[in-house]
Amino acid sequence: MQKVTREVLLEKAKALLADGTVNRVLGWKKGEFTYDVTPAVFTTVEELDKDFVYGEFCGANFSKYLVKEAKKDGKVLVFLKPCDTYSFNQLLTEHRFDKEKVYAVGIPCDGMVDIDKIKETVSESVLGATRDGDNIVVETLYDGKKTVSREGVLAERCLNCKSKKHVYYDELIGDDGEVLDSNRFDEVEKLEKMSADERYAFWKNELSRCIRCNACRDICPACTCEKCVFGNPNSGVENKAISDSFEEKMFHIIRAFHVAGRCTDCGECSRVCPQHIPLHLLNRKFIKDINSFYGDYQAGEEIGSRAPLVNYTKEDLEPSEAVNKGDE
Amino acid sequence: MQRIGVFVCWCGSNIAGTVDVVAVSEALKNEPGVVFSTNYQYMCSQAGQNIIIDAIKEHNLTGIVVCSCSPRMHEATFRKTAAAAGLNPYMVEIANIREQCSWVHKEMPIGTEKAIILGKAAIAKVNLNAPLVPGESPVTKRALVIGGGIAGIQTALDIAEAGYEVDIVEKKPTIGGKMAQIDKTFPTLDCAACILTPKMVDVAQNEKIKIYSYSEVTEVNGFVGNYTVKINKKARYVKEDVCTGCGLCTEKCPMKKVPNEFNLGMDNRRAIYIPFAQAVPKVATIDANYCTMLKTGKCGVCSKVCTAGAIDYTQKDEVIEQKYGAIVVATGFNPISMDKFDEFAYNQSKDVITSLEFERLTNAAGPTAGKLLRPSDGKHPHTIVFVQCVGSRCSSCAEKGKEYCSKICCMYTAKHAMLTRDKYPDTDVYVFYIDVRTPGKAFDEFYRRAVEEYGVHYIKGMVGKVSPEGDKLMVRASDLLANKQLNIEADLVVLAAAIEPDKSARPLATMLTASMDTNDFFTEAHPKLRPVESPTAGVFLSGTCQGPKDIPETVSQASAAAAKVIGLLSKDKLTGNPCVAQSDELMCNGCSSCERVCPYGAISYVDKEFRMPNRTTVVRRVASVNEAVCQGCGCCTVACPSGAMDLKGFANKQIMAEVDAICK
Repeated sequence: MQKVTREVLLEKAKALLADGTVNRVLGWKKGEFTYDVTPAVFTTVEELDKDFVYGEFCGANFSKYLVKEAKKDGKVLVFLKPCDTYSFNQLLTEHRFDKEKVYAVGIPCDGMVDIDKIKETVSESVLGATRDGDNIVVETLYDGKKTVSREGVLAERCLNCKSKKHVYYDELIGDDGEVLDSNRFDEVEKLEKMSADERYAFWKNELSRCIRCNACRDICPACTCEKCVFGNPNSGVENKAISDSFEEKMFHIIRAFHVAGRCTDCGECSRVCPQHIPLHLLNRKFIKDINSFYGDYQAGEEIGSRAPLVNYTKEDLEPSEAVNKGDE
Repeated sequence: MQRIGVFVCWCGSNIAGTVDVVAVSEALKNEPGVVFSTNYQYMCSQAGQNIIIDAIKEHNLTGIVVCSCSPRMHEATFRKTAAAAGLNPYMVEIANIREQCSWVHKEMPIGTEKAIILGKAAIAKVNLNAPLVPGESPVTKRALVIGGGIAGIQTALDIAEAGYEVDIVEKKPTIGGKMAQIDKTFPTLDCAACILTPKMVDVAQNEKIKIYSYSEVTEVNGFVGNYTVKINKKARYVKEDVCTGCGLCTEKCPMKKVPNEFNLGMDNRRAIYIPFAQAVPKVATIDANYCTMLKTGKCGVCSKVCTAGAIDYTQKDEVIEQKYGAIVVATGFNPISMDKFDEFAYNQSKDVITSLEFERLTNAAGPTAGKLLRPSDGKHPHTIVFVQCVGSRCSSCAEKGKEYCSKICCMYTAKHAMLTRDKYPDTDVYVFYIDVRTPGKAFDEFYRRAVEEYGVHYIKGMVGKVSPEGDKLMVRASDLLANKQLNIEADLVVLAAAIEPDKSARPLATMLTASMDTNDFFTEAHPKLRPVESPTAGVFLSGTCQGPKDIPETVSQASAAAAKVIGLLSKDKLTGNPCVAQSDELMCNGCSSCERVCPYGAISYVDKEFRMPNRTTVVRRVASVNEAVCQGCGCCTVACPSGAMDLKGFANKQIMAEVDAICK
């Protein structure tokens, strides 16, 4: 596999800018710290040279940015990891942008590192982290250089990676991978095995931390409504004061319902949550149920696919069956 | 702010018996927007309606709530009342305090409390109601009848009689259906062909009726008054307008070993055939599965003998597209397969036959020219056992048969038994039954004649097993009234097989978005009050596609369906239902979820320019609802992730307001 480095991507971006294929590049921009990488649009070679980065912390999924970017003049270059391409396709399925306005370069990925895990296990004062084979070498301000196993600090979604295969690209760097047999539903099964009271306590503990910053909604590639129901004065739920700290469950449950059948399980919601709520588990429960009720379905695998919830086949289970399954 | 009037109906004692109607009208007086509240014994009566009209005028009401029976009963009535007083009819809401309240509660305090809550919910909704104006759509003055049996024939004739164009689509080469295969008809015993074939000729001669035989409906688009239907006219390899029906080809065709489906495979026909003498259209058809010319390119006998030059081996299926205002389903029935009923040895012995096969065996145009002979050896049977309810009324063995009563078997079995005894008095006839069901004009008298005058042995009990032994059939059965086991040595066993809807009905129902029950019978709009209409507007039901029926019932229903069609086609414009979906374009993100769930294809997308801040514009894809096609089912409103889709008259906000009012 061709090793994907900053240089490789930079070279590709510059070439595509130079030959006029694109006039903008959607990429990762370096931040204050090595780990606070931000998605950004670059328009010149100078900007790219100065700020474009690619490394262990470049987990951001760019697909959703295309909804806005593709409305502008000219084509935009976007780098897509395999999991990002599912979001990309799902957005195309929902006609959220014009693919002719986008030049998608697929890049292979073998996982991104979770800065919180590093901070937990190594040190709070992280200065930098570089990959060294199966390890990560972490530079810290107070604790010196430390080497940790990369697997131990990989993001949850990368440990349970569902696919190394790009389901969309105009051009691919390196070789394409395969759809994987992931254990992503293991955590959901654990929750299912809990008693209703235990599960309630689990979610209360998690969701009552929510500060309603809306980061999960804003990052979610399935959340692309022109006006979110939670910000819609006509919905009758906007700007109501909360009556207890667990009322935020409603926000998350409603959001999970809204993205049901459309969520590609990209995991961005959990990545951006400043309160470390495992929001992806809610969505995964929905995905698991949809799979078991209507047969396996992966949102975004195919452009234009009909999600089971907006489709009808004779094999669909009856609502009563679904209710009974819910009781189990 | 609305000015709302509340009208609480007693419905005699129906409501007032368990709901304190005075307390309800008093309590609802204080609800927001209510300026007038009263109660009356019968709101739907002329006097009751006048109370409403007077109150609307006197108090300048902008909306009314009638607390009465189910809206299915009288919503239309009160909408008309409101309109008569100059109020928009969609400013009327019904609080159902009868079916959903007084009838289900026994105690006055509980009933009263619930009635007040239901009234409050309706008031909360009316507060958010807006006047709605229904749209209009034109009506294509042509009807389609799917199925050319007696049901389809009668419907088509009646519609044509009223002066409208009708097309019949029949999948077989001729119209006539099952009735054409029947020998005699109960309870009068007149010959089926004698009464059916003149009607078939009437159809053929009627200028208003066009028959698409050997054809099937493949696609249905549109809505009531405006259907576009694709009909696949299968290649019959004979030019219909040239063939004279002389039948010479059917005599000369060298391919003689084709099972004759008209006689249920009991004899053979040629590869080119006319199903029966009185077929309409009287045109030959080449069976492509058997024709040597079509299969190998060698033969061409029919073409050589045809003096009219009607044979065309190059004919192709033809797709016809036609517009219709109304569609009548008359797809009929078939006897169920006997494959699963091994105990009756249907597949082991030729002498175990179904009742429809018995009809052919006794028919003058049948394989035995009307002589009742055993299919195995052509001998006259002396002992005949009829078994009723084979596959009917099977609650315990539902995977094998049908749970319903096939309705016609008791009568035709009595007919078979009687005719046999009449023609062949030396024959012993046994009928095994669970019950004998003879409701119908002159039906019971008919059955009693079979028993009393013709000496048919009616035995209450079921046949357990039929086993071929030599050239006899051993019938083991129980006589429940005598409480003993019977062993009868029979020559012929006739099974009254249950009937089921034709297999083409299910895909057709999908095309028509017409609903079916679990047995694949089409469901009516109302089982008692709208029995010939499907719940899908513009689709009507005729004959056994709706449920088991005998011929008189089928013909009555066929004419009833025709009357409904004529009523529809006589209108120049149809008033639509204004409670249709509407998309808030500012919220719509064009994701297509609504389009995917819409069962009527009412949603399409347009690219629209929207103004944005700083004099900029943006083009966005947004949903657009065809109001004439939308049926107001509301699927789209729940599928829409943005909440951009809403239903006029049943807006999410209104429903939430109702829920809030109930939960308060």
